[in-house]
Amino acid sequence: MVKVIDLPDRELLYGHKACPGCAAGTIARLILKVTGERTFLAYPASCLSTVTSIYPQMAFAVPSFTAPFPATGAVLSGMAAAVKAKRMQDVTVLGMAGDGGTADIGLQALSGAVERGDKIFYVCYDNEAYMNTGVQRSSLTPFGATTTTSPAGKRGVKKNMFEILIAHRIPYCATASIAHTADFLAKVEKARNTDGPSFLHVLAPCPTGWGFPSDQTMAIGRLAVETGLWFLAEYEGGRVKMNLAPKNFKPVQEYLGLQKRFKHLGAAEWALIEGQRDREWADMRRKWGF
Amino acid sequence: MSNEAWEGRRAFISANDAVSYAVRLCRPEVIAAYPITPQTSVVEKLSEFIAGGGMDCQFINVESEHSAMAAVMGAAMMGCRTFTASSSQGLMYMCEMLHYVSGSRFPVVMMNANRTLAAPWNIYGDHRDSLAMRDAGWLQVYVENAQEALDTVLQAYRVAEDAAVRTPAMVCLDGFVLTHTYEIVNIPGQREVDAFLPPYAPGENVLDLANPRSLCISVAPEWQTEFRCQQQAAMEAAKGAIARADGDFAAAFGRRWGGMVEEYRCEDADYVLLGMGSVMGTTRLVVDKLRAEGLKAGLMKIRFFRPFPREEIAALGRRVKGIGVIDRDVSFGNAGALYTEAKAALYSAGGASPHTVNFIAGLSGRDITKEHIETMYRKVMNAAAGGAEREIQFAGLRWEEW
Amino acid sequence: MPKPAVSVFQYPRTATEMPCGPYAKAGVIVETNAGWRISRPVIAAARCVRCQQCWLICPDGAIDRTGESYAVDYNFCKGCGLCARECPAKAITMAKEDGQGE
Ligand SMILES: Cc1ncc(C[n+]2csc(CCOP(=O)(O)OP(=O)(O)O)c2C)c(N)n1
Ligand code: SF4
Ligand code: SF4
Ligand code: SF4
Ligand SMILES: [Mg+2]
Repeated sequence: MVKVIDLPDRELLYGHKACPGCAAGTIARLILKVTGERTFLAYPASCLSTVTSIYPQMAFAVPSFTAPFPATGAVLSGMAAAVKAKRMQDVTVLGMAGDGGTADIGLQALSGAVERGDKIFYVCYDNEAYMNTGVQRSSLTPFGATTTTSPAGKRGVKKNMFEILIAHRIPYCATASIAHTADFLAKVEKARNTDGPSFLHVLAPCPTGWGFPSDQTMAIGRLAVETGLWFLAEYEGGRVKMNLAPKNFKPVQEYLGLQKRFKHLGAAEWALIEGQRDREWADMRRKWGF
Repeated sequence: MSNEAWEGRRAFISANDAVSYAVRLCRPEVIAAYPITPQTSVVEKLSEFIAGGGMDCQFINVESEHSAMAAVMGAAMMGCRTFTASSSQGLMYMCEMLHYVSGSRFPVVMMNANRTLAAPWNIYGDHRDSLAMRDAGWLQVYVENAQEALDTVLQAYRVAEDAAVRTPAMVCLDGFVLTHTYEIVNIPGQREVDAFLPPYAPGENVLDLANPRSLCISVAPEWQTEFRCQQQAAMEAAKGAIARADGDFAAAFGRRWGGMVEEYRCEDADYVLLGMGSVMGTTRLVVDKLRAEGLKAGLMKIRFFRPFPREEIAALGRRVKGIGVIDRDVSFGNAGALYTEAKAALYSAGGASPHTVNFIAGLSGRDITKEHIETMYRKVMNAAAGGAEREIQFAGLRWEEW
Repeated sequence: MPKPAVSVFQYPRTATEMPCGPYAKAGVIVETNAGWRISRPVIAAARCVRCQQCWLICPDGAIDRTGESYAVDYNFCKGCGLCARECPAKAITMAKEDGQGE
């Protein structure tokens, strides 16, 4: 179990250019504190590349590189093969990609790497749109959210990456929220210690793209879970464990109402979203028996 | 390492097998590849070598060509010697990665089994796939036979990894007519290859725990041009490295392939055909026939398309009366790629330019016969004598006299 | 403060000084982010219970927990206000920025 006091003081991500209050900043920073200096990091074109690695200011202190947008899973496989070829010990091959780089254009490469069983730790920081290119919709954009390419609000629901990874029978995968920091850190540690591929899907509230004040990142993250619009679960040894199963959810408008991207929604849509949520949870309870 | 039964022997094998043996002898540490006809048997053979314990190498069964090149890049940036192979649709699918690898200066070596591009679908050979990638920043070399294929893979690693070059290399073999044709091939011994090709010494662009660096970073316009200029300088430096590799290779193995180009009976030639790959074998026979008739024919085999042999072609242009260029591709709306570039090189030659004709031939595996080639020479002579000749012609069209 | 410091970057002066391939030394910072701030977090040491929350969640890692009392690296704090909002002891207040770095 990770103790905050034991996390190293040294910052392995510093001086980046992310917007104030960016959850992805906290996520990347804390993951590196757990995986440590013996980490080989790949991140694709995304906010993370744009804010960390523009010549000559290099915000990552570990060996790292910007991967082509679709290729994170594959470059990680190559790195993992090199770790074997060079007979390196005690290193982490880490990928950190956005929702677009994971669930859309990078899905094939991720699927390939997981299916092969390569020893990689893949993190999706999910800010629910293509933020780097100016807030366009992705398959992880939730129902109803406006983006520059879904100006009337997205039709269709958020893709379930957790189940896609479970379908690969991956040794370890989990969902997390940066606002539930202890749970998040525990999962990071488990994932990095997994002998084989591991996947962590972290919700990353984005003040700029979602439209909320920069001091509310954690509050928004908490509300996502408390309203049941995000869930904390892990899959390990072939079983799903729901880490947090609220008895009662808060009304969805408490979450939606704080964000500009949902401002156009009213009672009818809230009811629709609540209906979707309740069906999802009923389905999860039935499948995973919690 | 024990001397394997095949080492230092003559074997009757396909050019694809020759490539596989060459790769094995070069001791790559990571290979990732995705199957596509007519490259497939290379991937299969290498898998077999590894499974049989003959190669200490990680083979990654990727799910696409984009991932194949991404995976070898991941390994290359960790300091590994790598290999991959593809063809046609697969090479197109790799396009983004080809630029990425060259821009990042990883000396990956790949084999391309030249095959045409769909649509229409066809699995047979022409150069439209690799020539579409001519601006991807890779060294490109085209070979004529199985022995040259094997030898060129060994040389490709030497050149690509040269400290002044550090640029990936693509060894191109004509699909089927070369990849699947069996020939007697001399397979060198491991010890001799180890002496010719030392273990891979990566440059500074590696992921290193002791000396952490950020690779493939973003560079603003103020610095992009300087990085690009380096790639151009590396290509120019490759010309010298290619010549050295050929010389060292000849000293070690007794065979030489000419480096950038190979000239055949060009010393006093008036009419020369330029071309790449297996068609040059047939062209040699035609040159001999025409010479026997007293015609001063010659050929120049373009081995390296990148870097481009501008100087060699310009020098040739100063000596001859007519040049024909065989292109197994066409850039619709202009001409064949080799023709376009050869003509540009001739323009810088100074003095009177020879007459030039472009023959688009051998598309998607269409046979280029001796008769076709002989006709090409006669058309070049006709043009040089001031006769009417279309500058760009499709050779052997069904409804035209050839 | 044990935080990465700003350094002067020596740009290549000749072609031979250029790195071979677009790479750079990791963890090199050539400029601060101080100018981004419109308000600055001020920690009241007397109220702080050293719970580490602000240190943990700061997206910029700008808080130092190693000293006598918690301190902010004003060269890299962007003034997002997260630390102030999440501090369980209400020990951090956001003050109007005076435009000064550290
Ligand atoms: C092949 C390719 N297509 C498109 C792009 C343009 N592009 C770069 S980043 C990006 C969006 C990234 O979105 P996401 O992965 O969610 O990361 P975020 O920026 O939100 O952190 C896009 C569309 C690209 N770099 N490469
Ligand atoms: S757009 Fe969002 S995810 Fe990207 S840097 Fe800004 S806050 Fe972070
Ligand atoms: S969050 Fe508040 S109480 Fe906790 S360490 Fe920071 S300043 Fe102190
Ligand atoms: S205001 Fe934001 S950036 Fe500054 S110290 Fe607090 S959390 Fe970090
Ligand atoms: Mg995103």
